[in-house]
Amino acid sequence: MTLPRRRFVLFAACVAVPPAGATPAEVAALIQALVGDAPLKDGLIHLDLPVMVENGNAVAMSVSVADPPSPVEAIHVFAEGNPLPRVAVFRFGPRSGAPRVATRMRLATSQTVIAIAKLRDGTCWRDSVDLLVTLAACIE
Amino acid sequence: MVRVLINVPKQIHANEPFEVKVLISHPMESGQRRDQMGQAIPRDIINHFIATLDGETVLDADFFPAIAANPFLSFSVVAEKSGTLALTFVDDHGVTQTELTAITVT
Amino acid sequence: MKRLVLLAVAAMSLMGAGDRRSGYDDASADTRAMQDDDAANPAFLWVQQGESLWSAAEGAAGKSCADCHGDVSAMRGVAARYPAFEPKHGRPITLEERINLCRTDHMGAAAFAWNDDKLLSLSALIGLQSRGMPVAAKAQEPFLSEGAALFRERMGQLNLSCAQCHEERAGLKLAGSLIPQGHPNGYPEYRLEWQGMGSFYRRLRNCMIGVRAEPFAPDSREAADLALFLAVRANGMKVETPAVRP
Repeated sequence: MTLPRRRFVLFAACVAVPPAGATPAEVAALIQALVGDAPLKDGLIHLDLPVMVENGNAVAMSVSVADPPSPVEAIHVFAEGNPLPRVAVFRFGPRSGAPRVATRMRLATSQTVIAIAKLRDGTCWRDSVDLLVTLAACIE
Repeated sequence: MVRVLINVPKQIHANEPFEVKVLISHPMESGQRRDQMGQAIPRDIINHFIATLDGETVLDADFFPAIAANPFLSFSVVAEKSGTLALTFVDDHGVTQTELTAITVT
Repeated sequence: MKRLVLLAVAAMSLMGAGDRRSGYDDASADTRAMQDDDAANPAFLWVQQGESLWSAAEGAAGKSCADCHGDVSAMRGVAARYPAFEPKHGRPITLEERINLCRTDHMGAAAFAWNDDKLLSLSALIGLQSRGMPVAAKAQEPFLSEGAALFRERMGQLNLSCAQCHEERAGLKLAGSLIPQGHPNGYPEYRLEWQGMGSFYRRLRNCMIGVRAEPFAPDSREAADLALFLAVRANGMKVETPAVRP
């Protein structure tokens, strides 16, 4: 067995098969549970993630709410295509200088990441980014 | 005890938000990986992080396995006067570690 | 022998100064941003450990690195000229091997394993002192020509040579990932793939396992040849230690 086998081995080593995990429906349900009856609108919150990810092990992510009409109590981040749907929850206290955080997250596959901001006035705001991951994180 | 690197700006002015950057040395084992024998490597992460300034909350965060290894965090703090910034994190074993940094307001 | 020298010369000339791209140039904007900010570069967790190790006494002699070398800033320029020939081993040695020699010969301490966290920490700290300086490894024969030949030698079940990817196909993609030229100017580096720090040897080992070849031992002549060849090939490029790579 010569070339075809080598090509297959090389291909198989590089293909990432996403594991069974979170689904958009699951994330939607979590968001619904979080938001409840409160109005959920797009905008105000900004989720910053690169559209093209060269390695899913550490992807720079930042969330920020510029000029919120009422203090931001928490920001929740979800990943629709990861093994688990939740990424992080950030709650801002009285000594917070601004409702913004930067961190690094793992991405198992190309997917949509969603951030929800809950404000003290009860309103909820949403932003999302669709990303392409060329080298996945959660598969070894 | 895990290694922690905290970066605080040299010039901090009263009531002006400033950025604090933290790096924590931790593998954040997601629980998704398998070892050489095919056995799942159990989850082992820092699951909670809290930053306080003289006891008042700055940021209170829940981390899940999707937070990358050697977690990095950058967040905004506002101080009225000099004080102590305390960073506390808890892992899946319930082990708590606190790092203190002086905040000097000029 | 003459053929080997010609091979080495050919290898050098394929990389004209303007054609060389550091792994930094090929990385995404976010990866570069991680390297550019010392406060966000995870490698600095190792540098921090290196700083405490530098002044910690260890071994039978009860000495620390600082006791002989003073402040670590005295190490400026040192990492840039490695690998360097070491008569004791009869071949060029890496900075990590030099650190281990210091430990065994001058501190009476045990050598670190090649992938030891502490060794990487010290190497990162010392490498940092050369950051921004040009790589300046000495072209030592016959090791350089041996390394050049190894670079071109097909290996492993996949029967691929380093050159086939890192020279002929540098800039092209391997399953969605950009193939870099493979310069060692950032080692030890934080690789996102590893979710941790690693030396050049770790990367070489990965590559060889990747082509399904038996990797050269860390203290082998072949590993030393390749390390030297790659360093000389990168001569003039800026040291980026501790780099961040995908």
